[in-house]
Amino acid sequence: MTPSPAPHPPPEVLLYLDGVNVSFDGFKALNDLSLVVEEGELRTIIGPNGAGKTTMMDVVTGKTRPDSGAVFFRGSADLTRLDEAQIANLGIGRKFQRPTVFENLTVFENLELALADSRGTWRTLFARMALEQRERIQATLTRIGLAPHSRKPAGALSHGQKQWLEIGMLLIHDRQLLLLDEPVAGMTDRETEATAELILGLARDRTIVVVEHDMAFVRSLGAKVTVLHEGAVLAEGSVEHVQNHPRVIEVYLGR
Amino acid sequence: MIVGRTTGERNPWSTRFWFSFTAAMLVLVVLVPVLNRYVAPDSAFAVPDYLVPLLGKYLCYAMLALSLDLVWGYAGILSLGHGAFFALGGYCMGMYLMRQIGTRGVYGNPLLPDFMVFLDWKELPWFWWGFDHFAYAMLMVMLVPGLLAFVFGWLAFRSRVTGVYLSIITQAMTYALMLAFFRNDMGFGGNNGLTDFKDIAGFELQQPATRLGLYVASAIGLGIAFLLCRFITVSKLGRVLLALRDAESRVRFLGYSATNAKLFVFTVSAVLAGIAGALYVPQIGIINPSEFSPENSIELAIWVSVGGRGTLSGAMLGAGLVNLAKTWLTSAAPEIWLFFLGGLFVLTTLLFPRGIVGILGQLRLIRSRRTMPGAPPLAVDEPEAAKERA
Repeated sequence: MTPSPAPHPPPEVLLYLDGVNVSFDGFKALNDLSLVVEEGELRTIIGPNGAGKTTMMDVVTGKTRPDSGAVFFRGSADLTRLDEAQIANLGIGRKFQRPTVFENLTVFENLELALADSRGTWRTLFARMALEQRERIQATLTRIGLAPHSRKPAGALSHGQKQWLEIGMLLIHDRQLLLLDEPVAGMTDRETEATAELILGLARDRTIVVVEHDMAFVRSLGAKVTVLHEGAVLAEGSVEHVQNHPRVIEVYLGR
Repeated sequence: MIVGRTTGERNPWSTRFWFSFTAAMLVLVVLVPVLNRYVAPDSAFAVPDYLVPLLGKYLCYAMLALSLDLVWGYAGILSLGHGAFFALGGYCMGMYLMRQIGTRGVYGNPLLPDFMVFLDWKELPWFWWGFDHFAYAMLMVMLVPGLLAFVFGWLAFRSRVTGVYLSIITQAMTYALMLAFFRNDMGFGGNNGLTDFKDIAGFELQQPATRLGLYVASAIGLGIAFLLCRFITVSKLGRVLLALRDAESRVRFLGYSATNAKLFVFTVSAVLAGIAGALYVPQIGIINPSEFSPENSIELAIWVSVGGRGTLSGAMLGAGLVNLAKTWLTSAAPEIWLFFLGGLFVLTTLLFPRGIVGILGQLRLIRSRRTMPGAPPLAVDEPEAAKERA
């Protein structure tokens, strides 16, 4: 297969997907998906189960290679040619659906590994923590409300606390694009509210893409919504626009 | 734990650590030799000559256990072929010792070792060149296992072979090497292996003083290996390795190269195993293909799990205790040994997953809570309480 020269998107576009196809054993998880996220935008992505939301994130973060299509970051970085670590180092962070923190490390150490610092094996072996980095960790701990639990193994945290720790790990690194996969899954109403506030605060100086099921949460973010269905974009616009969209109602309520 | 530090870390290089380390090294490097050389043989404190190589053997095993613990206990790579790196280091040392025999072999051939004369070979194969030099042989002791681990690890980790699949291919690797080394035309002495060694760097191997020297070298080697492993495991890389064990894909999404981190630690571990093998061979007096046998590598995993994986001292302790039991049981009741070993593994896995060191830690916790009435409850109870407060 010869890769066709992909058209380069304009520079204010941060994330650019064009005609992306992914299939697993004949099942088309992504079907000619095209999506554009602009710099500084907060975007929510909704869709029924199997709509391709998580697969889309897998493609952007390098976990899954698309069968065809173009995926660009900042107009020039071809994400289909890079591996997970290289993509992460470009400044793309991801929070998983199920909170994945390092259970046997302390809360503090989890944040330490997430710090923006050299990722080389040799450098990591001889790394010494600077005072400024230590302060940064403390500040993040306070921001995510886990300062009293700093020395606890992350495995001992409650579900909601693990979600927050994971957000903290994205936060501390100052990445330009955050992909959040169901950040409020399993949270209480109060935790959900606090998370919405946190995300709105974060969105002031970076680009965030949130995948979510919880419509109340999506409404509270008040951002542009993209509806995925069967691996392609079904509708796009404000929360009101998509909620009144006849095809969206049909897909969500069944035929 | 040091209270008052806000970071949640303990200083891994505290005075207390250096004190314990120095004390242990003094016992191994000074006390044992003194008890062997300067205490009357009929005294109850004397360490008889026959015990010295046995102790040396245990130290080599402890070093091998350290090397496995580094990859298994920390990075979560269960290698069931680590005996292969040990054996390769041993063979490199064996080749040097064979070359030292010179004309003192049965055939008295100045150019070839006995087994090659027996096979009617005319010249020394190229891979035996250079092994008459001690320095070259020692370099090979580290290079051969290290290179094999690097190439093997690069292929395996790059293709993201993990878990039980990795264990199986490491097992296959050591088995394949065993079969290869059993063949006479490989040029490593076939099933007899390499033996009948005479001297090492000019010292006669049969002399008690030489054996004591080898024992001391093993003790110092173990000490250095331990410090190296500790340096790696308490570094930030050590925490990356622990994180890899918990959630590998998450580590990749943070931007760390899981492949490189694993490759580094796997190669270092293989080099350590090779050095342990090289120290082992002159003290035992033989190296043969059975050292590659998969059972050895499995037994090694049992030492580490009995002692407590993920704790360097546990790995060394496990190697020492299990081998002590082996030495005693295989002479007192040889038919029981394998049942004992199997039972030990099942028991540890089911009841004491953190091994002896884990049990000791639990005991210390219980005792400290008994002596300190207002001591805090276990950490695991706290999240619930915290949630209620929130």
